Amino acid sequence: MADTAQDPPPQPADSNELKDGENLLPKPAATQESEPASLQAQDISTNSNGPKQDALFNDDPEDLFAEATEEVSLDSPERDVLLSDGPSPAITPITPPISVITPRLGHTHDDMFTHSSFDEIEEEEGGDSVDMHISVSDPEKVGDGMNAYMAYKVTTKTSMSIFKSNEFAVKRRFSDFLGLHSKLASKYLHVGYIVPPAPEKSIVGMTKVKVGKEDQSSNDFVEKRRSALERYLMRTVKHPILLKDPDVLQFLESSELPRAVSTQALSSAGLLRMVNKAADAVNKMTIKMNESDAWFEEKQQHFENLDVQLRKLHVSVESLVCHRKELSVNTAQFAKSAAMLGNSEDHTALSRALSQLAEVEEKIDQLHQDQANADFHLFSELLGDYVRLITAVKGVFDHRMKTWQKWQDTQLLLQKKREAEAKLQNTNKPDKLQQAKDEIKELEGKVQQGERDFEQISKTIRKEVSRFEKERVKDFKTIIIKYLESLVQTQQQLIKYWEAFLPEAKAIS
Amino acid sequence: MMEEVNEATPALSVSGPTIKVTEVQKDGDTLTFLVVSQKVSGTGEYHVDRTYSDFEWLQYHLVCQEDVHGMQGIIFPPLPLKAQNNASTKVLNRLGFLGLGEWQPYCKALEIFLQQVAAHSTLSKNQAVEIFLTSPDPPGRQKVKRNIFSRLSHAVEEKRKEGHKDIDEYFQTERDHNILITGCTKTAAEKFLDLVLTEQKIAVACGHFSTALHLCVEPGEDPDKQAFTKACVKLSEVFDSLKKNMTSVAENDMNTIGLGLDLDSRYQEAEKEMLFRRTCKLVELEHARKNAEKAKPAKKAALEEVKNAAEEGFDQISEVAKMEIKHFQGVRVELFRQALVEWCEKQLITAKEGADQFNQHLQAFREMA
Repeated sequence: MADTAQDPPPQPADSNELKDGENLLPKPAATQESEPASLQAQDISTNSNGPKQDALFNDDPEDLFAEATEEVSLDSPERDVLLSDGPSPAITPITPPISVITPRLGHTHDDMFTHSSFDEIEEEEGGDSVDMHISVSDPEKVGDGMNAYMAYKVTTKTSMSIFKSNEFAVKRRFSDFLGLHSKLASKYLHVGYIVPPAPEKSIVGMTKVKVGKEDQSSNDFVEKRRSALERYLMRTVKHPILLKDPDVLQFLESSELPRAVSTQALSSAGLLRMVNKAADAVNKMTIKMNESDAWFEEKQQHFENLDVQLRKLHVSVESLVCHRKELSVNTAQFAKSAAMLGNSEDHTALSRALSQLAEVEEKIDQLHQDQANADFHLFSELLGDYVRLITAVKGVFDHRMKTWQKWQDTQLLLQKKREAEAKLQNTNKPDKLQQAKDEIKELEGKVQQGERDFEQISKTIRKEVSRFEKERVKDFKTIIIKYLESLVQTQQQLIKYWEAFLPEAKAIS
Repeated sequence: MMEEVNEATPALSVSGPTIKVTEVQKDGDTLTFLVVSQKVSGTGEYHVDRTYSDFEWLQYHLVCQEDVHGMQGIIFPPLPLKAQNNASTKVLNRLGFLGLGEWQPYCKALEIFLQQVAAHSTLSKNQAVEIFLTSPDPPGRQKVKRNIFSRLSHAVEEKRKEGHKDIDEYFQTERDHNILITGCTKTAAEKFLDLVLTEQKIAVACGHFSTALHLCVEPGEDPDKQAFTKACVKLSEVFDSLKKNMTSVAENDMNTIGLGLDLDSRYQEAEKEMLFRRTCKLVELEHARKNAEKAKPAKKAALEEVKNAAEEGFDQISEVAKMEIKHFQGVRVELFRQALVEWCEKQLITAKEGADQFNQHLQAFREMA
């Protein structure tokens, strides 16, 4: 974990507001310093460094349940632009993770760790060996014309006990996946979790399928999408927190799913999203954050670089895939012309050899196609996925900035109110004075909450980034090994073909 | 310096199969080829420098040889088109396979030309061949007339003679067959060229990917970063291997089947030229016969003589042509056989090397993970 020594963000005790040594009004929530065991009225935020945090919690579920009824921030933190629509089965309010756990209180799932700390969960699960396998298969066209859609079978195999059985399958359509992502994003992105992005829409691709074009490019499109959906689900469930999300569970298990409406391509919600995204981009540019944590600065730079590099690699691979496909076409054409030549040839042995040459070339063509698919599916898609993932990562960093901004804004507001209150002291307006004092009290609470939010999101991001980096390395290595295996196999197949052809060539006389 | 061509020439002092074009030197736009051959007596070698003009000189002398019976029935081994260093795209396109691979296929094509000439019972006796292969001085650097084949190949207005019906079924069949095969071979050669060019593109793309991977190296001591960097470096090595493999595959294709198809294609053109010459002679003969028939008594004798000469000439050509065709078929099959065997053997070696290399990479990766 990247917990190198950093300056933690300013603690309330040193906060700018107290330059003149003024005594703070007693804070309702407890201290920032870590205290082992006692968990009553305390929420999870402390300093943003990890190790101290661990000491704070113990494994006793009871205390944690108590914590779960603790103050939950009443202002919903600023919603992400991805509007989640439709009733979510969980009673989950859209807030930091504590509350996610609440609805499960009534269930008898005993490895449902109702613990808001990431650490424990990771340790329990053994990190990343999640025993779950999801496959997306059997694409089936449902309906006709422009209202048609593809239904995919989502099969889950698992031994985890949060599920009702070990193996089960449901039918889902593409918009269901988008709906799932939308819900997860609105719940988790703004508190710093890297939510894997859903596969992209393609109006052109889908229209072809709807219209019933039964050609290779439509099949390729469906296969590409199927594979992308499978990878998306696997990435999502590999995340220890997301796995336990009720929306995810419902998506995997329940046979009926309310239709996700606002994911329609050109719907008004879609347009609203676009507008919000633009506004977001402008806002991002104007937030100048006082980054006191070098880790974040370095990581942001790192992800910027990675983004650029991965895009370059992606372009390279696409070019390679393109040429391989071209080679396949050329080989097929040459095979045909060789066959024709063989047919026209008088000399028997030569004719036969040429015909066999044509056959060999046809087989090689098939090899080329397979190789092109390997290049494509293994590398190109992986790189594409990661380019999109990094966008999500960057989004999470942006949310941290926004959280910081909010905290700062609240602090400024508090300061103004205090100044106003000071002025009021000299006037004789007891009502107004009381009102001012009340407002100040409220704002102080908000400032503390703002700081806690900021520290929480910073902490979460650190963990997420660490997990992301590990996953990234693993992913790449796995793909590379698969690719190498395919290369070796191709070569061995080629060897077989040549060895079979050689005696034929020698036999020409 | 233009040498006189003698009639009674001794046999070639050079062993035909040993002729090699071993090197090509680039000097500005000019290409100079090193031609090496072994003496028949086994006592040594000849090394001579020749440019394309020298080859043209040789061909001119072969083609213009006057006094051999049925000369026009000979299928002349084809000389490739002229190659230049820093050639334009147009020239390279016309050369097809011969323009690829740093002139390796081109040298081979010249080599085969010389070997075929030396192996030809009639042509090898031409003094020009001896001079070409053995003389230390370049035989003819003066510009030979561009259209040296003008007497032999068909001018545009004579094209309609091409379809002229033959009096001999053997030849009619051969002409038809030649047209068919020529078309097929040309198509196959074109398609194969596309294939080889794409293989080269893939090799280049692999190289780019490999370079791009190198740029993914991340500094820092973070173990995850180091792991990723290591993976990228190793993967870039894999793609370097892929590039080498692909390059090798393309070279093998180019130097064996590519060259073979190109050669076959040009040889068939040469046969076509020969058959056309014979057809033209046939037309001439039929004209002469008609004239002789219709001749007024005064001119009759003269025209009869013309007719007889034409008949004799035509018969000689047909006789030579029949032998040439047989020889040609044999040569074709042999060249094809060589090309296919060599192709197969080379690709087999390349595939085995590739399999080894990829296996090694695979092991290395598995150990890393």
